[in-house]
Amino acid sequence: MLRGEQGPAVAMAMRVVVGLAEVRDAPRLVEVTSAHIDGCLFHGQVGLDFARRLLDLGGRTRVPTTLNVGSMDLLHPDLVRADTPEHREIREQGRALMEAYVALGARPTWTCAPYLVDARPALGEHVAWAESNAIAFANSVLGARTDRYGDFLDICAAITGRAPYAGLHTDEARRGQVLVDCTAIPAHVLTGDLAGALLGYIVGLRVGSRVPVLVGLPSTTSEDQLKAFGAAAASSGGVAMFHVVGITPEAPTVEAALGPLAPPAAVETIRLTPDDLRAARTALTTARGDHLDVVSIGTPHASLDEVAQLAAHLAGGPPLSERVDLYLSLNRSVLAQAQQHGLVTPLEQAGVRLVVDTCTYVTPILRSDARVAMTNSGKWAHYAPANLGIDVVVGSLAECVASARAGRVVLDEGTLG
Amino acid sequence: MATIDGRFLHPGRAAGPVLVLDAPLSFWGGTDLSGRIIDRHHPQHGECVAGTILAMRSGRGSSSSSSVLAEQIRQGTAPAGLVLAEPDPIIVVAVVVAQELYGRSVPVVLVPPSRFASLRSGLPARIGGVQQGGQP
Repeated sequence: MLRGEQGPAVAMAMRVVVGLAEVRDAPRLVEVTSAHIDGCLFHGQVGLDFARRLLDLGGRTRVPTTLNVGSMDLLHPDLVRADTPEHREIREQGRALMEAYVALGARPTWTCAPYLVDARPALGEHVAWAESNAIAFANSVLGARTDRYGDFLDICAAITGRAPYAGLHTDEARRGQVLVDCTAIPAHVLTGDLAGALLGYIVGLRVGSRVPVLVGLPSTTSEDQLKAFGAAAASSGGVAMFHVVGITPEAPTVEAALGPLAPPAAVETIRLTPDDLRAARTALTTARGDHLDVVSIGTPHASLDEVAQLAAHLAGGPPLSERVDLYLSLNRSVLAQAQQHGLVTPLEQAGVRLVVDTCTYVTPILRSDARVAMTNSGKWAHYAPANLGIDVVVGSLAECVASARAGRVVLDEGTLG
Repeated sequence: MATIDGRFLHPGRAAGPVLVLDAPLSFWGGTDLSGRIIDRHHPQHGECVAGTILAMRSGRGSSSSSSVLAEQIRQGTAPAGLVLAEPDPIIVVAVVVAQELYGRSVPVVLVPPSRFASLRSGLPARIGGVQQGGQP
């Protein structure tokens, strides 16, 4: 491939893959069965130049490839603001970048949650995924194998079908390195919808980029909770893989998660309490007072269950306040399923603004005078203050809906026990 | 002028004033497109990396940093060269891509921790000598 016998685009992509393999000291490359691309979000001219160069050279993905969120909601283009020259550039260049990646052969999934579409690699399958929450979910929940990939390398892996055999592709790097004991947290808190986000935020801060092994989560822990956990832990820290004993596929027991070289007694243990969760909510919440402009749900993109839960919370209650905009971000695939289940019309009638193909904190969607936003996502809360210049409040889905109705922040101290 | 040699993660030659970072830096969210450090939590907030021989012990943060560094190379606001004490894939992908697209070479050299510790901000230095590794 490097020599160009498969064309100049493959040769160029292979130079990038090999360049990374040398840095990673990889002994060889590994064939991957799918790719997930994060490079379709506009960060500057270089992203567009790179995609168009590959296209001009005849580049084409050779493995099934999904696309992360772009800078535009192509189904609702008016949602992304066009009120400044910078915003208009994001709209135009962002759309051109999205079109370039589709032309390279990737599927227009436009989602940070490709595992909610039909892209679910099997246990042990090697893939090349970008986007930190998707990486954590693929490794931890599905048991597929991907290292931390990002812009440029993701499309090069898709075009070559290869990635460096290093990092989380290898058995050694997947073993747990630190135990996180959650047995002191009451079950009714751990089963709440905020537990994943707050646990993830704490664990990311405490473990950095190590592989944590969680002990004491209830057997009913859902994929949605694991999704929220991984997204938050990959934001506050660099977590790309975690184990939950009794739940995730490579952790039937503590011993299995740690591997043969690390007996549990010799491994650092972090013991978490309800006080840690309350402290995490306080640390992530930058707003003071009860002023509220926006509520944002669906980061990472909402699952069908999460859409149904929001619809259930909204059914039959008082209307949403006219002062608060409530956004729900989800992908096209889940939107179509929600439509089949009759969930979309009641949400729209209740005043919920649906965002697809993108997300409310990566492109200008919120109204320009919004000062305070509320979310149930640890990831959104972590990044939005810097990205959007706003303050955030973290609340459960019930608290978010109650606040959107009241027109001000309403928290329930019982949420965290 | 001091010469900094080590294992080349990406080849090339560069010269400029050394800027030793006191903490890791994420180019995404940590620098703007003029090369200024905008991360308020960074001890060198407000300084500019453009044209420097930037010495950072290791990289940090989002993989979108590859895009930001490559865009700085395109705009001419990137460091002239980088010195690392630990290999960093995000930085190497950025300089490989900028070389492919714009033919601009920003060398990245890996040095032992003892050599890294001897670097001082403000002194002029040069990267480039015996080269190995990377792509020509």
